[in-house]
Amino acid sequence: MIYDWQPLLLTFKLAFIATLILCVIGIPFAWWLSQTKMRFKPVLETLVSMPLVLPPSVLGFYLLLAFSPTNWFGGGLEHLAGIKLAFSFQGLVLASVIFSFPFLVHPVQSGFQNLPSSLSEAAYTLGKSRWQTFVHVLLPNIKPQLLAGGVLAFAHTIGEFGVVLMIGGNMPGQTRVASIAIYDEVEALNYAAANFYAFVLFGVCFTILLTVYLLNKKFVTRLGGA
Amino acid sequence: MIELDIRKKLLGSQGEFFLDIKLHIKQGEFVALFGESGAGKTTLVRCLSGLADPDEGFIRVNGITWFDSAKKTKLPAQQRRIGYMFQDYALFPNMSVRGNLEFALRKGADRQRVNELIEIMALGELQHRKPDTLSGGQQQRVALARALAAESHLLLLDEPFSALDQETKVRLQDEVLQLQRHFGLTTMMVSHDVSEVYRLSKRVLIIEQGRILREGSPAEIFGAGQASGKFSFAGEILAIEAADVVYAVTLLVGNQIVRVIATSDEAQHLKPGGRVTLLSKAFNPVLVGC
Repeated sequence: MIYDWQPLLLTFKLAFIATLILCVIGIPFAWWLSQTKMRFKPVLETLVSMPLVLPPSVLGFYLLLAFSPTNWFGGGLEHLAGIKLAFSFQGLVLASVIFSFPFLVHPVQSGFQNLPSSLSEAAYTLGKSRWQTFVHVLLPNIKPQLLAGGVLAFAHTIGEFGVVLMIGGNMPGQTRVASIAIYDEVEALNYAAANFYAFVLFGVCFTILLTVYLLNKKFVTRLGGA
Repeated sequence: MIELDIRKKLLGSQGEFFLDIKLHIKQGEFVALFGESGAGKTTLVRCLSGLADPDEGFIRVNGITWFDSAKKTKLPAQQRRIGYMFQDYALFPNMSVRGNLEFALRKGADRQRVNELIEIMALGELQHRKPDTLSGGQQQRVALARALAAESHLLLLDEPFSALDQETKVRLQDEVLQLQRHFGLTTMMVSHDVSEVYRLSKRVLIIEQGRILREGSPAEIFGAGQASGKFSFAGEILAIEAADVVYAVTLLVGNQIVRVIATSDEAQHLKPGGRVTLLSKAFNPVLVGC
């Protein structure tokens, strides 16, 4: 039997792109969140955490409504930029970014919060700008949290099912990711193919998480070796 | 020349109080801030560094306004060119000792300065180690070196020698004094240690509840001026025990524990934990070199 690798490759492509975007927006956002004394901070934190507790179908449903060409958001995007979000790969990326946001932001935010404020203050008195301080002092000292956040976001995107089903549909090469393919094959009583996808996902996720724990142990022993 | 007149509301253990300080510091002067914890010493230093803002008032340094609440101007900490040594050292854990010093160099600064400082502070063997692997005293030396590496005009030291053993302390105090005089660095030091204040500073400000209670030279403030022919020590009462008709009072003076006799009248006003001045006439002092 020849196995179709496409859903797996699509899954990893999606997870990779989503994690990249998440790092670019999520890390600065987490830093801002750790510093801000804004009154609306609890509201923002709640919004960020919502995907943790909300049934994926709820989020998927609202995203589907928003992405729909009949809606001002989805329609406007399609009209102005030619980007089609409903039942497309771009839509999956955007949904994954929203859905995996707390998995990246939480560890990174707590990493920033646990750094003594005197570290950035010391850098400021040494004439370093906020950006220099961020890059040379803050980021290097929260490496374990960055790694944890990035990997969790990546792994979570791989495992997402509900949202993808709602807004992605099941289009081969476009939106048919591995988790959907498994469901599909089981429906068709094709257990061998389902097992193949399931087994690869299991193996990959296990390896990634194991690597994180091993690396983090190394970080921790190195830091605690004083 | 620093001119400073600031007010800031602070929250202490006994409720709110105001930091209210008016101060002139001459170029190259070494000023010590002395007083109990929570009196506002560190806040004053932070306001000077730009890490905290006074509620109102102004700070002018060499004719440049660093802060003025009336004009709403504030020079950011980055542009004040100060060397600030933090109480918790604030060494960057991701950088080696040398890396910490190099990070402190201003743009276009001579990298040789790092080598000099490493030599002066005896950090040669530690220069490639990370701060987490150093002892408290070693970290303190690195923090001091880093504050000096910034080639600042104003040095702010927040309890700079508290974690050092006696020998290192005296050696480093000498180094700081030499560097301070050599570069003409205006220096403000927060300290709890009378001997340190005495050795280093020209002027002491006693700060209590956010205000300058007294100021003067260390000799005036700590009483050596009038006490010729007398020894005068600041001590802390550890215990008071009744012994027949008198009381035996155990005191901590510096690192030494001494026991003196007090009459019951005297003992009435004393309680363990209180601070006293121990005076003694120097009839026949014996000095032994060590």
